[in-house]
Amino acid sequence: MRVKILFGAGALALLLGGCGGGTEQTPVSYGPIGGESGLELADEQVLHRGNGTEPQTLDPHRAEGVPSSNILRDLFEGLVGEAPNGDLIPGAAESWTISEDGRTYTFIMRPDGRWSNGDPVTAFDFEYGLRRSADPETLSRYSSVLAPIRNARKVIAGELPPEELGVEAVDERTFVIHLNAPTPYMLGLLTHSTCYAVHRGVVERHGSNWSRVESHVGNGAYQLRDWVVQSHIHIERNPHYWDNANTTINEVYYYAIENQDAELKRYRADELDITDTIPQKQLKWIRANLAEEFRVTPYLGTYYFGFNTTRPPFADQPGLRRALSLAVDRDIIARVVSGAGEPVAYSWVPPVRGYAQQEPEEAGWTQEQREAEARRLYAEAGYSEENPLTVEVLYNTSDNHKRIAIALRSMWKEVLGMEATLANQEWKVFLETRKSKLETEIYRAGWIGDYEDAYTFAQLLESANEQNDSGYDNPRYDALLASASAEPDVLRRAEHLQEAERLMLADQPILPLYFYVTKRMVKPWVHGYEGNIMDHIYARHLSILKH
Amino acid sequence: MFRYALRRVFAAIPTLLILIALAFFMIRAAPGGPFDTEKTLHPEIEAKIRAAYHLDEPLIQQLGRYLSGLAQGDFGPSFQYTDRTVTELIREGFPVSLQLGACAMLLALLIGVSAGGWAALRQNRASDHAVMAASMTGISIPNFVIGPLLILVFAVHLDWLPAGGWPSESLFERLPNMVMPVVALALPQIAYIARLTRGSMIEVLRSNFIRMARAQGLAQSTILLRHALKPGLLPVLSYLGPATAAVITGSVVIEQIFGVPGLGRHFVQGALNRDYTLVMGVVVFYGILIILFNFLVDICYGFLDPRVRQRS
Repeated sequence: MRVKILFGAGALALLLGGCGGGTEQTPVSYGPIGGESGLELADEQVLHRGNGTEPQTLDPHRAEGVPSSNILRDLFEGLVGEAPNGDLIPGAAESWTISEDGRTYTFIMRPDGRWSNGDPVTAFDFEYGLRRSADPETLSRYSSVLAPIRNARKVIAGELPPEELGVEAVDERTFVIHLNAPTPYMLGLLTHSTCYAVHRGVVERHGSNWSRVESHVGNGAYQLRDWVVQSHIHIERNPHYWDNANTTINEVYYYAIENQDAELKRYRADELDITDTIPQKQLKWIRANLAEEFRVTPYLGTYYFGFNTTRPPFADQPGLRRALSLAVDRDIIARVVSGAGEPVAYSWVPPVRGYAQQEPEEAGWTQEQREAEARRLYAEAGYSEENPLTVEVLYNTSDNHKRIAIALRSMWKEVLGMEATLANQEWKVFLETRKSKLETEIYRAGWIGDYEDAYTFAQLLESANEQNDSGYDNPRYDALLASASAEPDVLRRAEHLQEAERLMLADQPILPLYFYVTKRMVKPWVHGYEGNIMDHIYARHLSILKH
Repeated sequence: MFRYALRRVFAAIPTLLILIALAFFMIRAAPGGPFDTEKTLHPEIEAKIRAAYHLDEPLIQQLGRYLSGLAQGDFGPSFQYTDRTVTELIREGFPVSLQLGACAMLLALLIGVSAGGWAALRQNRASDHAVMAASMTGISIPNFVIGPLLILVFAVHLDWLPAGGWPSESLFERLPNMVMPVVALALPQIAYIARLTRGSMIEVLRSNFIRMARAQGLAQSTILLRHALKPGLLPVLSYLGPATAAVITGSVVIEQIFGVPGLGRHFVQGALNRDYTLVMGVVVFYGILIILFNFLVDICYGFLDPRVRQRS
């Protein structure tokens, strides 16, 4: 039996893929405002967005980092798109079917899809795009997210030619992706810029320079018009975009503003409609003066500290690690130190669809109970007031990390009597130190998921993962992840991942503190801003009201 | 004079080479590399990227490659902004910094010299103290305080000027955006130039040839403009060389606060990102400008001070 899923039905149904029947819905439009809504549009539909640091490139396969991705989402459209609330909706493909074993995805391309130069968007464009993305010659810094696609790992490693990648254009409108294993998050992955198509003719004509203003071509709702490095990127409507009838904003300016105070001032002077973030120190002022324009949305990330489990004092000391975790009053950290409404975290995977959050039992205890247990475990590990544990806490230079590190130090001192020294390093130095695992004892870290699935978090603690800075190595954990990857049944797969997280949390190689939120200012006249856990905002879903 | 100039140009070459070599080895000695990010790269890809930028070659060979590129005016590709070369980034950023810096220096010279001269004439009177107090304040308050303060007053509350940004369409459209960065850049320079002018003018006004001129009964204005100003400005001139080079290559703080796409941000962002070629590019460019402006100052000295002319 092949199950056909046409549209909508919520992301969960899409994620669940092969199980149960598909449903059909009429398309919903997110763009324009109906006459009955009583809302009136501004005459000038121009959006000004603060966008953090200067994007490196607008080549979707070579880009990395949030600032580039924000702009690429307007310039390109993946096979699958996203609604303002993050639900998956058809993009360049108008529908798709997933085979019963969950390993073959067949996409039907939209007949009216057009590149910004007017050429039709075909299955061959996506075949070319994905092969280019995986080709090591492209120097893609993100190609590892293609790993679920058949042969992707070998193509990326240069062991197979890109033509061997498990993607295939059957004809102009039919595109097939073959996967190694059922991968419930595959559709979500296709919204990632690494999976976008690029225009073959343009890329081949201009080489690596194709992504500059003069020659840039995309298939999204907008096209590139101007790019002033360290100032702004200006995009305008793609006249050939298939859904132009439902798009309201005509132009978008993305400003490169890395200074958050400057960004807030430009917002207050009405030069920005949406900011990238807010200055942490101004949180109180914002709460008092601009509370209604301050938008906080849960974000797919976990802020944590890690223990280096490969060397003393934390190697083979799960009890001691747990003592340090229990001694921390997360409510104080989240409420006083970060303070924007971040949910406290006792577990690793933030709330994502299709996964039951694994809160350990201490999440339900009182802080007194936690501290009592912490003291017991600390003593059990052989430390006492006369013989206190001394450790170094390493973080990358930043006010916020410093405040949190200081809070941790004083909590550990007060509850356990242990001595922590704080050390900070500049970002690149910090990354190198942390990765080498030679000096670190406790280090700061944060992890932002690449796609909305628990696996993007779970894999970080796999023993073979290069980014496993804690050095956590538990064969049982690795085995559970392996069985989850091979499991076609989504519910059983989730159970494997959940069991793995419980196991890992009991070993406590990491000390989760809170789950990230996105914090930004949005002008009251920006209509259609919802925010979602991936923080994917599309200009075509927004409009500017009269003001 | 021509031979003197030629000699100076040749003398600058070893200085520049030492600067390049120092910058080259220092940025590479810094821990962490251009491609270290939170998400680890696939080793195969990392090797390919390193090879694409010739980072797999021995250091001496890299330096040789860099120098031979430089000789042809090529600063190499930026590691961070993969679509651009460093030459392009400098070509785009420098005119912006130059516009702001030149306006700021002109403003600083005009106000600084007049205020300093005026204070010198009224030495130890209330107006002198007022000018000196104002300039002390100007020197002591850093840019990152002045800038946001200006924005708060003139952009947020009064709404007279834009809070930041750099419209790319035309110079005319940009003028309002330039006012505050120019003022913020000029303020400390005004203060410094005023103090320098005052100090040297006081000294000149006490010297024998001025006393002589007074004794001859020349008008105060003639004494000041014809006789005192030229020697009085010599210390300002020596300061002006390196100061102009620094101001026209952009200020990181001003550029970040006002969202100006000048060269200054590349110094800091380039270093933070370990964008070796970009850091090298701006350092070498800055070095050349410093050498150039010091040279120009020396030439001007020759015109202003006959003693220098004779010695050379």
